[in-house]
Amino acid sequence: MVPLSWYLVLSAILFCLGVSAFLLKRNIITIFMSIELMLNAVNLSFVAFSNYWSQQTGKVLLNGQIFVFFVMVVAAAEAAVGLAIIIAVFRTRETLNVDRVNLLKL
Amino acid sequence: MFHQILFIIFGAVCIAGAINLLVQRHPINSALSLVVVMGSLALIYLLLGAEFVAAVQVIVYAGAIMVLFVFTIMLLNAGAEERTRGSRIALLVGGPGVVVLVGMISWTIFTNDKQFGMVRIGSMVTSTDNTHGIANLLFRDFLLPFEITSVLVLIAIMGAVVLAGRRR
Repeated sequence: MVPLSWYLVLSAILFCLGVSAFLLKRNIITIFMSIELMLNAVNLSFVAFSNYWSQQTGKVLLNGQIFVFFVMVVAAAEAAVGLAIIIAVFRTRETLNVDRVNLLKL
Repeated sequence: MFHQILFIIFGAVCIAGAINLLVQRHPINSALSLVVVMGSLALIYLLLGAEFVAAVQVIVYAGAIMVLFVFTIMLLNAGAEERTRGSRIALLVGGPGVVVLVGMISWTIFTNDKQFGMVRIGSMVTSTDNTHGIANLLFRDFLLPFEITSVLVLIAIMGAVVLAGRRR
């Protein structure tokens, strides 16, 4: 027996660690991985709420898990396109540091 | 009690992996700690009675997506990241900001704790199994979104090929 709020707090902690990694890291691949971490944190709260909702109503309601499935599909597509963009950036700029990709800066 | 112990173990592993992702300087170490986070999240999904999601988490996230990341790290020969002035400012401002954010979210959740119930192990009230229920929903109620995601994946494949393909 675990309270639902524990799952939500775990999800919040993971999300905030993802946010801080997104802000602090300078390597473009690590920044991309922290986005995946944030998506995972949201998935955890979706699954926890799905379980909670099924218990409250006494029926099998799996809509939350369907949402997790769609989030995973979007994450896979995003990873493919994002890593292709990273390879394209590396080809033109020869660096993975986001501070050096500053062509649009004044 | 058993459920609580398992939750605490896997949650601690999750948080430790996420913190390790944050503090490691080399991207391959961050990638491997993200695999640890995803694996223990899959076990937490099993605790929540979501077998299908746990299996897909291991196969798609810890398998396919992380292999893609590791492959890109190897391909681009990514080294340890260097410190810059911008990242020190982000550390000074962002670190306390994130701690405040965690505190606020946790406080909001714990003050509304009475409205939430408990989660019991194997508690999905079921006659059919989890995968059966998901298939029913996915191919009946959510058929149109499912088809649209296939178009999305197709466009993503074409975009990846165009972006990363050989220059003419």
